Amino acid sequence: MEKRVIFRGWWLPALLIAPQVFISAVFFFYPAGQAVWQSLFIPDPFGLSSQYVGLANFEFLISDPFYRASFGTTAIFSILVTLCSMIPALFLAVIADRLIKGSGVYRTMLIWPYAVAPAIAGVLWLFMFNTRVGVVSWYLGQLGYDWNHVLNGNEAMGLVVVASAWGRISYNFLFFFAALQAVPRSVIEAAAIDGAHFWRRFWTIVLPLLSPTTFFLLVVNVVYSFFETFGVIHTITSGGPQQSTTILVYKVFSDGFVGQDLGSSSAQSVILLFVVGLLTVIQFKFVEKRVHY
Amino acid sequence: MAREMHGMVEKRGASLWLTHVFMILGVLVIFFPIWLAFVASTVTQPEIVRPPMPLWPGDQLWENYSKALFAGVNVPVSTMLFNSLIMAIGIAVGKIIISLLSAFAIVYFRFPGRNIFFWMIFLTLMLPVEVRIVPTYEVVAGFGMLNSYGGLIFPLIASATATFLFRQFFLTIPDELAEAARVDGAGPMRFFWDVVVPMSRTNVAALFVILFIYGWNQYLWPLLITTDPEMNTIVMGIKQMFPSGDDVADWPVIMATSILAMIPPVIVVVSMQRLFIRGLVDSEK
Repeated sequence: MEKRVIFRGWWLPALLIAPQVFISAVFFFYPAGQAVWQSLFIPDPFGLSSQYVGLANFEFLISDPFYRASFGTTAIFSILVTLCSMIPALFLAVIADRLIKGSGVYRTMLIWPYAVAPAIAGVLWLFMFNTRVGVVSWYLGQLGYDWNHVLNGNEAMGLVVVASAWGRISYNFLFFFAALQAVPRSVIEAAAIDGAHFWRRFWTIVLPLLSPTTFFLLVVNVVYSFFETFGVIHTITSGGPQQSTTILVYKVFSDGFVGQDLGSSSAQSVILLFVVGLLTVIQFKFVEKRVHY
Repeated sequence: MAREMHGMVEKRGASLWLTHVFMILGVLVIFFPIWLAFVASTVTQPEIVRPPMPLWPGDQLWENYSKALFAGVNVPVSTMLFNSLIMAIGIAVGKIIISLLSAFAIVYFRFPGRNIFFWMIFLTLMLPVEVRIVPTYEVVAGFGMLNSYGGLIFPLIASATATFLFRQFFLTIPDELAEAARVDGAGPMRFFWDVVVPMSRTNVAALFVILFIYGWNQYLWPLLITTDPEMNTIVMGIKQMFPSGDDVADWPVIMATSILAMIPPVIVVVSMQRLFIRGLVDSEK
């Protein structure tokens, strides 16, 4: 789509886009280029010079068991976060949609967690499950279950998953709720007259109609759990115990800033860049569908 | 729609109550972490370290909050709140301004390199700051912008989501308006100020809500570039309040800080709910 009416001249538009071009060039394209460039080098131990090594950083990463493990951890983590945030959200949205009165009040209450930063969510959940003072871990102890996410990798994973999914429930709820409200009443009523019960209507009519929203949310939530959960992991587990919660983005940070291994960290950035690219392409394909819907 | 038709689909009586009960249970579960944090911010440290802590607020609210706000652990929380506010508003306003200008240029002008520029913008949509942290850190350090508001703000406005949104919106502004402006002899900037900007008001407001929360909730970037506690933002500063080693954390003050950290974005989201939902849906489209 193009405008038929345009203004003439080239220096004014150049001036108008200058701020964005400048900021993107300095803080985006140059650093991104640097990431690609540095991924081809290995700095010497004293940081005085670096040696060109071609793709050796990438070859090393692919054969590195820790990096491969981090890929697996990221996959499990993002699948769990996506499920744990979408299923409760859909459930709540379906209930809210059944109410004519009061759904606005519930909606207002339910969008709160969206505003809570992932890092703050991490602190709140850490507080509940803290091994010394946590309320939930204390009651679990009373029930005979010894909760210790500091030592137990699975419990650590469970905790970061729930803390990451929590705020996303609000987000998914809003999208599911909007989609449910858009389902034509007449279709539902026709099915009701034919004697279909609530759950039958839900599985055979409502859920298929929600599928564009569901696909969209699937992709968006995977992207979220890949890139925006750093705060949760850093506050709760710092990637531990034994790297059991070290997702890819956390590893870029810990290798680059804590481990000072710039070559490897940059190579990881480049790999992530491809992952983001892939996810974006998938997202755009689904968004296309959504627009037609 | 006929009343009895509603009756077929929406439940009455016991079933309606059951629906409300489920909904309230859901809200309670979702709300529990926030409630617990609030309770913890109103009791004394001994009440927390001897579990189980109470589940009803105590009487230490003023003590804990004033201690957090004016003393803090490393730095008063009021300082961190101020830094967060500058950062969030800086990111929201900065991004809106540069995007309005560049989207206007793309839509209303034909200039050499316009397509290259458009694709350049498209590329920046794809790469979150988390992916390029090390080189971006080096750039900011090279400019001497560590521990500065500029360093906090600029790298986070280098993405084009907002430009994209405004472009989409400008394309829907009727051509007749630009034509009329031209016939009246109004220059492009006049048209921009008198027509385009006023028409974009709702979009600007919706975007502001989204970007404010985005900026306020940043964690990794402030963590890297603010080594001076005076420049910490509240969201990243909380982690710094936990003692290293075996010391017991000052939970009431930390939880008071958590509550303070979520108040501004919660107020923005709840009070501008409609704009917020609109902004959310727009920016994901």
